[in-house]
Amino acid sequence: MSTAAMNMNAQLEHLQSKHVGTGHADTNKFEWAVNQHRDTYASVIGHNTLIAYSAVAENESIGRKKFEMIEKMLQPCGLPVPRDD
Amino acid sequence: MFLYNVTLQQTTGINQAVIGNFAGTKQQEILVARNSVLELLQPDPSTGKVHSLLTHNVFGIIRSVVPFRLTGSSKDYIVVGSDSGRIVILEYNPAKNTFDRVHEETYGKSGCRRIVPGQYLAADPKGRAVMIGAIEKQKLVYILNRDASTRLTISSPLEAHKSHTLVHDLIGVDVGFENPVFACIEVDYSDVDQDPTGEAFQNAEKVLTYYELDLGLNHVVRKWSDPIDPRSNKLIPVPGGVDGPSGVLVCSENYITWRHQDYPSVRVPIPRRPDPLLSSPSANGEDMEMGRGVIIVSSVMHKLKKGFFILAQTEDGDVFKITMDYTAGADGVIGGIQNLKIKYFDTIPVATNMCLLKTGFLFVASEFANHYLYQIENLGDDDEAQMEYQSAELPQGDDADEVIVYFNPRGLRNLAIVDELESISPLIDAKVLNLAEDDSPQIYALCGRGARSSFRILRHGLEVSEMAVSELPGNPNAVWTVKANAQEEFDSFIIVSFVDATLVLSIGETVEEVTDTGFLNSTPTLTVAQLGEDALVQVYPRGIRHIRADRRVSEWKAPGNKTIVRAACNRKQVVIALSGGEVVYFELDSHGQLNEFQDRKEMAAPITALSIGPIPEGRQRSGFLAVGCEDNTVRILSLDPDNCLQSLGMQAVSYMPVSLALVEMSDTGTATGTLYLNIGLQSGLLLRTTVDSITGALSDTRFRFLGSRPVKLFKVQIQGSPAVLALSSRPWLSFTYQSRTKLIPLSAPMLEYGSSFCSEQCPEGIVAIESNNLHIFTVEKLSTVFNHSIIPLKYTPRRFIYHQPSGNFVIIESEHNTWCPSDKVKRIAEKADQMDEGEEYEELPPEQFGLPRAEAGKWASCIRILNSMTSETAHLLELDNNEAAFSITTCIFHGQKGEAFLIVGTAADVTLSPKTCSSGFLHTYRFVDGGNALELLHKTPIDDVPYALCAFQGRLLVGMGKILRIYDLGKKKLLRKCENKQFPNNILTLHTQGDRIVVGDVQESVHFASYRHFDNRIVIFADDTTPRWITATTMVDYDTVAGGDKFGNIFIDRLPAETSEEVDEDPTGNKLVYEKGYLQGAPHKVEHAADFFIGESPTSVTKTVIVPGGREIIVYTTLLGTIGCLIPFQSKEDVEFFQQLEMHMRNKFPPLCGRDHLAYRSYYIPVRNVIDGDLCEQFNLLPNEVKRQIAEDMDRTVSELSKKVEDVRNRAAF
Repeated sequence: MSTAAMNMNAQLEHLQSKHVGTGHADTNKFEWAVNQHRDTYASVIGHNTLIAYSAVAENESIGRKKFEMIEKMLQPCGLPVPRDD
Repeated sequence: MFLYNVTLQQTTGINQAVIGNFAGTKQQEILVARNSVLELLQPDPSTGKVHSLLTHNVFGIIRSVVPFRLTGSSKDYIVVGSDSGRIVILEYNPAKNTFDRVHEETYGKSGCRRIVPGQYLAADPKGRAVMIGAIEKQKLVYILNRDASTRLTISSPLEAHKSHTLVHDLIGVDVGFENPVFACIEVDYSDVDQDPTGEAFQNAEKVLTYYELDLGLNHVVRKWSDPIDPRSNKLIPVPGGVDGPSGVLVCSENYITWRHQDYPSVRVPIPRRPDPLLSSPSANGEDMEMGRGVIIVSSVMHKLKKGFFILAQTEDGDVFKITMDYTAGADGVIGGIQNLKIKYFDTIPVATNMCLLKTGFLFVASEFANHYLYQIENLGDDDEAQMEYQSAELPQGDDADEVIVYFNPRGLRNLAIVDELESISPLIDAKVLNLAEDDSPQIYALCGRGARSSFRILRHGLEVSEMAVSELPGNPNAVWTVKANAQEEFDSFIIVSFVDATLVLSIGETVEEVTDTGFLNSTPTLTVAQLGEDALVQVYPRGIRHIRADRRVSEWKAPGNKTIVRAACNRKQVVIALSGGEVVYFELDSHGQLNEFQDRKEMAAPITALSIGPIPEGRQRSGFLAVGCEDNTVRILSLDPDNCLQSLGMQAVSYMPVSLALVEMSDTGTATGTLYLNIGLQSGLLLRTTVDSITGALSDTRFRFLGSRPVKLFKVQIQGSPAVLALSSRPWLSFTYQSRTKLIPLSAPMLEYGSSFCSEQCPEGIVAIESNNLHIFTVEKLSTVFNHSIIPLKYTPRRFIYHQPSGNFVIIESEHNTWCPSDKVKRIAEKADQMDEGEEYEELPPEQFGLPRAEAGKWASCIRILNSMTSETAHLLELDNNEAAFSITTCIFHGQKGEAFLIVGTAADVTLSPKTCSSGFLHTYRFVDGGNALELLHKTPIDDVPYALCAFQGRLLVGMGKILRIYDLGKKKLLRKCENKQFPNNILTLHTQGDRIVVGDVQESVHFASYRHFDNRIVIFADDTTPRWITATTMVDYDTVAGGDKFGNIFIDRLPAETSEEVDEDPTGNKLVYEKGYLQGAPHKVEHAADFFIGESPTSVTKTVIVPGGREIIVYTTLLGTIGCLIPFQSKEDVEFFQQLEMHMRNKFPPLCGRDHLAYRSYYIPVRNVIDGDLCEQFNLLPNEVKRQIAEDMDRTVSELSKKVEDVRNRAAF
């Protein structure tokens, strides 16, 4: 492999480790969805208006909604699909 | 089109509240974050009223706030975690009343992201470091210290990252003066993501981790990590060092556990509320229906002189007091704890944060609805009725059995409400209507949640609290209050003037008439004042009566053919105007003698108003006299002995001035205020002109229309500073609030005359005349510009309509997670079978305890008719069988003789996720009994939840899921006439004009559709290119729609004129149908006319006029309780001016918490054609030299700029 490509790979790896959720060539649908869901939950918890919105809609306390959402971030899209390789 | 966004009322919800000595004095303040606004509140320890000291919009989303105090210091700093990707440390500056930014350190990207810190913030209790964390992975520690000149220093960040880890909570552990330790609840997901069998997920561990900051090595280490209950959600710090056993309380579902490194854990259960609707545990523990566990959502720790206690609140609002037993070893080192005790304290609204003040007050920032200040009357130790549960008596250890314990709910015992801060969050729907026929319309709003929800009528105006009303004999003309001498703290007399007499009342325990005061009773009075040390003066048409302390009276008689028409005085000076336009000036000399100045001043026209300035601190006299004349002029005369009664300045006004008030307002933020001349005109205008305190020159005049009657002005005191009461067809108050002058109407009837009033019971009141009544009232809540009338509701309100013919509101309320009446009856019956004889089902009062919680997918709902005049419920219709109402409209069907029917869209067995229902229904009601009752005509089953209803050309439009249908009225049910199934997700809003239908979709913005009569079809012809998650829309005109989305954007979309024409002028109509779609949607696209981020989900958008004679503007309300408006600009020059000003403000005054203003307003969609008025109004907060600089750059003067900023708001809004 040429140095340029190696360099490129190293940079990519650095990005992937620094920014959680950065995709790579083998990202599958499940990983993509999981990242998206975790990002969404984090954003909803961070915006006061969004967490209040779902708390009012579901008639739960904001504290409970935050708790449940972080709980869901553990496995937001069900069991992972086995990788082919 | 350009719009100007201004906030009429800031967010009323609170998302963070912390306590500290921010001013550096002994008194504690409460800092609250209201989404993007920081506000400093101060509870008054004597009265218990909460005052707002400072509010500041930071143009960023505040997510976490902690107070922070360096060791040995007495002042708290404020650390703020926001969405700016920066940690900001603020200091409150009590002298200037501002927040000063001490440090601002960038660590990451902006936005509320998963791995960018800002969500959690924890300070070391000894003030050495702070940790800022994200929900996932990243945690940073900043070491704080002070340098040689005792300034706060901040280190570069130390990383404590752990990837693939979610964080539930983060706190600083009190370890005394050992290395700072931070504790957090972590969950590692790396295995869960890799394991398709689900085993890893089942076994995923939640751990409590200690991060230690090694101050010697300048390094953070993961010190200790131990598994805890997998349903843990919150940490509460326990005092350490010499104050307590240190460690943390880990709150999990149903349990609270004390944990600390090297010590065994100690656990107590959280006592539960006995739920009468769940079957009770049977003796052998089988068939137990437990319901859901409870979690702790907020807590507060309080140290006493000896020991400490913790108050923890569950999600139901029950507060528990937690105490612990521990022993100190021989060396004074405190070991582990022996006993953890928990006892029910009281039940209060669910709080986001609780703050306990040293003075014994508990501030509760509620998640929803009003915030409260409670007085702790009792610590609950002697409450024998409640069980105290102790860990020593309960099983401990990892495999201990589940324990369930109960408490007895009861009314408040230990807490008493002292003050209440109105909050309209969550505001679910609102309408702007003028039903009371006031000058400006009212806002009718649906607020709150569950049993604490309400229907509120918001009227623009300050709330007045009436202290007393007394009837007088005859109609008085004027009223004054005076002190008997200068030393008195309170007013001694109320003097009331009638057409031909004067009444003197003395103020004491009661108010009664006195006759021996030396005042002349047989004549009307022009003015009364306290003079010098201990004298009084009464000016009446025929003369001046100077009453000395020993009741000696000296009189000055008006010259034979003239009478006194106007008079003005202060403590040293008296000025009178004689008929014919002559001014006579008197001054008190050092012997207490009132001497006439040798010259008199002849004015050109009869004098209509007089006012004398206040005496500046340390001076003998006021230097200025203002004189208003019939020739529409107002002059400033000098009272300086050197050039006495010489004219210094003149202002021509448009109508006759009827009243003047020279007042010094402290609006500069410094000790010396600005001298203002307020001029009330015959036409109802109020002018405010700045008077130069040296030369007396007049400059910078501001206008404001107050009402249809001549404006009378009176000097009063509000919160210790001078203010002006302006009476026209409506009373107004001009005062300074947080060093800004404000002019706001009072929510009081029309008044004739007013004066300040000060007594022991009412230290800062106003006494005023209204026809033949004397009113004494106070104005306390200066921060809320809207006055609320509150009508409590039963369930969370959803939608409402106004039924014009009867003047009634019809409100639909539906509550998730609650038993419907039939289920409730069934459950009570089941329970009754189990219960012993004599026991009875008792429901807890829902106002305090909320409604009993059911399970997801259970609904209670009702339809209510509310009389708008009497605010009474005329009719309440409870829905049953798990049916919930979601939409409501009135509809006049074809051929029904113009009768309006009420249609309510409901659905049964609705689950929110996934969105399903067993059946939707359209209830058709007929208004009976003059609109005060409903009669069910029929019920039409449909297949989906009807979220939107709208009357359309004598038929009914129904939006249900993806389907838009037209129904007509039938005998047995509504009849389906036409439908379109092409909408993307879920129709939420519907509006029509002509044949055009505007549909708002839950995710896909607005769609323009057209109804074609000849082939009875609905065709979508235009949609939006931006996916907006619509929450509210309105049609601004035939082609334009304004709306808001869930993420906090406000937008205006417009159909291009040519498209609009093309669609309407298509004779065959076939073009519309066969036209090819564009970008996988409708053939045409709407243009974006304006986009703006407001930070909170808008819940209603209305086009309306809110000030008399004002322009049409767009008023919006948001979920968290902001009321704001968008004002269209009328000229290009204004747009350019404000664009320039906004740009300067962005550069010169960047937002406090480090968020870039332009980036914030372009959060989701780049800001377009909207100028941020809230930022422009911060111009007044700038230091003077920066103001001058900006003004210079814009080729204008400072006063021109601030006038323009004030004008654009006042012309269209308030």
